[in-house]
Amino acid sequence: MTEKGTLKGKLDWLTVALYALFVLLGWMSVYSAVYNPEAPLWIFDASFYTSNAGKQLIWIGTSLILILLIFALDFRFFESFALIIYASFMVLLLLVPFLGVTINGSHSWFKFGGVTIQPAEFSKTATALLLAKYLNDPLVNLSKFKNLWIAAAIIALPMLLIIGSNETGSALVFASFIILLYREGLPGEYPGLFIGLITLFVSSLLLSPLTILISLLVFSILFILLIPIYQQRMPQTYVRIGMAITVIMVISTLVDWLVNHVLQEHQRNRIKVLLDPSFDTRGLGYQVTQSKIAIGSGGWFGKGYLGGTQTKFDFVPEQSTDFIFCTIGEEFGFFGVAMVLILFLFFLWRLLFLADQQRSRFVRAYGYGVVGILFFHFLVNIGMTIGLMPIMGIPLPFFSYGGSSLWSFTILLFIFLKLDSHRADMLSR
Amino acid sequence: MLEGRRFIIFLFFVFIGLIFLGKLFFLQVMDDSYEKAADNNAIRKIIQVPFRGEVYDRKGKLIVYNTPVYDLYVTPRKAIVKDTNQFCSLLGITKGYFDTTMRQAWSYSRVKPSIFLKHLSKEDFAKIQDGLVDYPGFSMTTSAFRTYQSRALSNALGYVAEINTNSLNDQKDDYYRQGDYVGISGLEAFYEEVLRGQRGVKYRMVNSNGVEKGEFKNGKLDVSPVAGQNLLTSIDIQLQEYADSLMMHKVGSVVAIEPRTGEVLTMVSAPSYDPSLLTGRNFSKYYRVLALDPLKPLINRPPSAYYRPGSTFKLVQALVGMQMGILTPASVFTHAGAPVKCHSHNTAHNDLHNAIQWSCNPYFYHAFRKILYDNTQGNTFERSAQGLQRWSELVANFGFGRKLGIDLGNEKKGNLPDAAYYNKVYKGDHTWKFSNIYSLSIGEGELVVSPLKMANFAAIIANRGWYIPPHLVKGVGDKKSIDPFYKTPVSVGVDAKYFTVVHQGMQDAVAHGTVGQEGKIPDIVMCGKTGTSQNQKGKDHSVFIAFAPRDNPKIAIAVFVENAGFGGFAAAPIASLIIEKYLKGRVDRKQIETKFMNMSYLANVTYRRNPKIHVDSVVKK
Repeated sequence: MTEKGTLKGKLDWLTVALYALFVLLGWMSVYSAVYNPEAPLWIFDASFYTSNAGKQLIWIGTSLILILLIFALDFRFFESFALIIYASFMVLLLLVPFLGVTINGSHSWFKFGGVTIQPAEFSKTATALLLAKYLNDPLVNLSKFKNLWIAAAIIALPMLLIIGSNETGSALVFASFIILLYREGLPGEYPGLFIGLITLFVSSLLLSPLTILISLLVFSILFILLIPIYQQRMPQTYVRIGMAITVIMVISTLVDWLVNHVLQEHQRNRIKVLLDPSFDTRGLGYQVTQSKIAIGSGGWFGKGYLGGTQTKFDFVPEQSTDFIFCTIGEEFGFFGVAMVLILFLFFLWRLLFLADQQRSRFVRAYGYGVVGILFFHFLVNIGMTIGLMPIMGIPLPFFSYGGSSLWSFTILLFIFLKLDSHRADMLSR
Repeated sequence: MLEGRRFIIFLFFVFIGLIFLGKLFFLQVMDDSYEKAADNNAIRKIIQVPFRGEVYDRKGKLIVYNTPVYDLYVTPRKAIVKDTNQFCSLLGITKGYFDTTMRQAWSYSRVKPSIFLKHLSKEDFAKIQDGLVDYPGFSMTTSAFRTYQSRALSNALGYVAEINTNSLNDQKDDYYRQGDYVGISGLEAFYEEVLRGQRGVKYRMVNSNGVEKGEFKNGKLDVSPVAGQNLLTSIDIQLQEYADSLMMHKVGSVVAIEPRTGEVLTMVSAPSYDPSLLTGRNFSKYYRVLALDPLKPLINRPPSAYYRPGSTFKLVQALVGMQMGILTPASVFTHAGAPVKCHSHNTAHNDLHNAIQWSCNPYFYHAFRKILYDNTQGNTFERSAQGLQRWSELVANFGFGRKLGIDLGNEKKGNLPDAAYYNKVYKGDHTWKFSNIYSLSIGEGELVVSPLKMANFAAIIANRGWYIPPHLVKGVGDKKSIDPFYKTPVSVGVDAKYFTVVHQGMQDAVAHGTVGQEGKIPDIVMCGKTGTSQNQKGKDHSVFIAFAPRDNPKIAIAVFVENAGFGGFAAAPIASLIIEKYLKGRVDRKQIETKFMNMSYLANVTYRRNPKIHVDSVVKK
């Protein structure tokens, strides 16, 4: 249907170039982490392919095949089969507890021959597709409760299934669909409330109830003083403010109860480590302490590529997967990480821009889903390496070592690029 | 309207990005504690301590060298000890020691080695080496301790010990670390910086399990160790041992100097100790005993002990008197009118030569009186003040009342009273006169000297008016370099001609004067002067200074024997034996030698003894 030449012209090469750069940087960091100055391996050595760097090279190669496969498919496939794709992954998620294998303490993997796959990684793409398809219906309006509930259910189902297999970190990624929903008409109060709740949660952990109460009262007084004089006399204003304060105080008290009674031991510890950096630096706080040391020792320009000592000598656990950002921070310094941050934000901006160019609501919604997922990973992954987020097993998209992670992000992104390249063929509804 | 939400969303992204950048800026650029933590993690500093410089005597004979010993280190994380009892018996340690040391090592670091057992000898090492293979996590490093060829000279050499906390905190250049060895006293302390050499440092990268991973920055920061420099001393170790044996059972000092060079040939401090006691694992055990010994065997007496010079000081009076133009060799004083008594001697023609030969107290009483009063001031108080001031300025040239600058740390200034001193003692100007201070005339009163000063004084007389600051080291390192200070003669401001009568008087004092038969060397012309140093502690100290031969002197000496009485009794014979030994290479007067080697004056020594400390077990017999 489309000729190759026109495809080239319509594919957003800027995004592809950034993708390639991120993958390359990621691979370089994985190579650096396994690099042994006394016996450097070269890519022609057979034993190279048993190392992480060699394996990652294989993942990158197979990702290229996946990209070609995606581009070989009809662009209408993704919308037409969205429900089937979604349903099959829900089945896989259901089956994981029974048929899956355990890798790195996480019972969420399927093993096919020598290849292991984590269905949770791919279910994000499936959810984004179905959600976009659902929103493609012009009758769907997110300010209507019924539509909102259906959208929420599409998101909640995989989330619950993943929580069921004890992967809270991966499950939280689904919260990022709020960005998609917001763009597609979710009333602004929802994300506002969402951010408000997070703020309240964090401040309840950090501050004493009395401090919160006092600051709320101060804010209320300021608020009353600032509103026009005729409204001040209205008794409803005081009642509403009083109710709001009561609700906030109740919630903030609930946070403590939640942390101490609902969260599991290891989750509680991660929060403790986050709040107090000096807490048990040799045990529970070891990972984040070492991560901060590795990044912090980078200085302005880093120790030079392959020159990092912390990441190379295994001081940071999981450094090739979840803590890959440490290697960049140590070897390229503040300059390097700033470049990565800026490029990543630019990449997200480019995707947002492309999404808003779409005539099809399906593609646009999917594009916002992609951005949301990528941003959530960016937020949590980098945040945890510098001690601003609790530690969750969440990789840095395109950079982190691992087949499932690289494949799933590649598929996620390139489905969007495929759809984008057919912008002109899409029916606008 | 919904289009605009893209910007709200992206604004939120940028907001998060800025928070991250801020935090990263703080971590990477503002706060350098992470760099230190990283170095601490991944870089192991390996210290290589070079061998300390060796010490040789003037003939090139080795006195002090190093014996390699082995220190056992443990890396707790790697250490596997299945059978603790077997391990303890292999090393000869107790279970308690094992537990304590392991606990300390764990609390220091899991992956860095901590010292486990110090100073294993080569023999111990050979014994446990094979057995140790079964215990991973334990490793040996070599170090060394001082070993002594001779049991003599310990006080002048000083000793080496682990640096104490105060010195560690006070050090200027931050060189020493906990557990480092440092020269504590004597030459070891004075020449610490040349003896110790320069520590080498190797930086090695290690991984999180403490496994070495190669050089850090290709070894650019590594510093190779520089071996300590050897000291060529001026000590004649044979003579030192001989003098040492003569000072057995005595408290006192011997200092012998080569007059022409200022080189110290022998420096004995009695009682002494066996220097090998203060090396190795038993240091603290023996140090305690030695430090508590009331006879203080650890201090080096020659440059630091305080005595009155006694009659030896009459030579100073004679020289200063002549230089001031108050005395001539022909000046005559009788015994009459002096409050000081004298020994029976021929006073028919009591000139300066006679007074030196017989150590005539009244002569020097009158002479000193003349020195003080021979000026134009109004009354005796004022004249005394001016006279004493002039006198003390001349006497100071001989090195009295100040440091000579010997290469030992514990040299004391002594005391040479001047006008200001007595103004302070008598609380006001012109409140004192000759009659208050006349004991200075015969070397008593407020004069305080050290044996070193008196030996230097003997060298000044031998040289007829000059000296080179006494020193024990004549060359440092391969180049045999030496501070020019120890090459430069110092004049005492007394004309050479005035020394003739002093030499003659000293020669006759030995030949047929105050020195008895036992202090004479039949075939050597020795010039000497006895002294009897009064003290509050009890019986007088016996003092003798001498040089020999009279023409072209080779050795100048001062001997102090505490509580041994008149100078001619103990100090003179001991000095004569040392001079004979040095000049002839042998001693023919065996009977006298044996007598003084066995002679003990300790019964008269009135130091308070602590019955609980058994000094006899360690103090050299």
